[in-house]
Amino acid sequence: MTTRREARPASVAAVRRGDALDVANLPSYGFGNRSLMWWGTAGMMAIEGAAFAFMIVIYFYLRSLSDSWPSGGAAPDLLWGTLNLGLILVSAVPNIYADRAAIDHDLGKVRICLVILSVIGLVLLLVRAMEFTTLNVRGDESAYGSVVWMLLGLHTFNLITDVADSLVLTALILKGPLEGKRFVDVAENSGYWNFVVVTWVPIYAVVYWGPRF
Amino acid sequence: MSCSIPGFFILVLGGLTGIMVASVPLDLQLHDTYFVVAHLHYVLIGGAVFPLLGAFFYWFPKVTGRMMGERMGRWQFWLFFIGVNVTFFPMHQLGLQGMPRRVYTYLAESGWGTLNLVSIIGAVVVDMSMMLFVLNAVLSLFRGDRAAENPWGAPTLEWAMPSPPPPFNFVALPVVSSREPLWSRETGGATHVSGLATGAREGLVTTVLDAVPDVRYVYPSPGIWPFIAALAVASWLIWSIYSVQGALWGMIPPTIAFIAWFWPRKKENDQHLALEKRP
Repeated sequence: MTTRREARPASVAAVRRGDALDVANLPSYGFGNRSLMWWGTAGMMAIEGAAFAFMIVIYFYLRSLSDSWPSGGAAPDLLWGTLNLGLILVSAVPNIYADRAAIDHDLGKVRICLVILSVIGLVLLLVRAMEFTTLNVRGDESAYGSVVWMLLGLHTFNLITDVADSLVLTALILKGPLEGKRFVDVAENSGYWNFVVVTWVPIYAVVYWGPRF
Repeated sequence: MSCSIPGFFILVLGGLTGIMVASVPLDLQLHDTYFVVAHLHYVLIGGAVFPLLGAFFYWFPKVTGRMMGERMGRWQFWLFFIGVNVTFFPMHQLGLQGMPRRVYTYLAESGWGTLNLVSIIGAVVVDMSMMLFVLNAVLSLFRGDRAAENPWGAPTLEWAMPSPPPPFNFVALPVVSSREPLWSRETGGATHVSGLATGAREGLVTTVLDAVPDVRYVYPSPGIWPFIAALAVASWLIWSIYSVQGALWGMIPPTIAFIAWFWPRKKENDQHLALEKRP
């Protein structure tokens, strides 16, 4: 197994000068868990991931108490949700490329990947809006409706957050002012987008296939 | 010390009665009685109040630059230790005799009067102890002995500072090689960190497990946007309490504030570029 580049320790070390430990030669930023924001993002994912897991548990708990599921209505239409799944899985490709290009400090590739990601993100928001119109249940109609809206709402919150984040980052990377640590921002934005992609798979399965089995 | 060791003693007693009330046959008898009140006060006072008092004595000199009076402190401690036990120990017996909790009175014929009286006397002793504590703190604040850097011979970094510490803390980051840095200064080891920028808010990031210096991290400069973001988030949350629409639309101002906070200013960017070294 090869070590990811960002996980490698600093190539330069602090040096002793008299009583002092001189750190002037250390890098001014680092990728992965060497970055403070990486920890913030990881903590955010842990919290959000736990919230998703809770909501899925609640979904099946409510289902176990109900005589009919979906209670008194049709299951959500498959079209938009499935389209979303396909599109979001495709978006993982430019996303992973953006991460790698950022670690390589390849500005040209980063720009291309971010523009593609922004476009896909905006399309995904439109698709998500359509999903809400074809859930076939209101959020205040029943326990079923409530938990479905909550699940989709939570994921949408993440989706909007990261699309907004990507748009701002794209604008900054295209326009400047730039500095090296913006590549760290791009890599961390990719990490968070991966989370949005990966969490959509179980949430899609629950929201769209939970009422069909 | 005076406070933390008896703290354990009290806490262990509370813990042992916890095992008692956790056993179903006993709990059938003791549930909702004064036994539970005794148990939980032993747990809380041993687990939180004694340690808090101890911590107050311990850090008082570091915070104020003055020592708390030791004689008054010993009086206060013994009054508290005795008072707590006199107050709460009889409650075990009251519970065993069947006195229910959360009831403010009882019939004279129940025979719980004497132990309750003992309990109240204990409470008065606790009161006296607490008044003595406040008196000690206030008097010490003005008339206590001046505290040296490290009056306790303690091992951690705050005790390497004058008491009270200067607002800027350490002039140069100290180098630490163990969890008890003041007890285990390596002879001939580096004492402090140098090479961090003085004109920017540069901090040191170390590796996670080995704490090896790894990255010089430039923190953002002061600005108005964090404050505006705080106001925007608070308004959003308050709005969301009163309206579902607020939960949605209220997100827009924080978003704008966060983006404005994030967006780099030219001056700051120049400063970062001047300090930049690629990993």
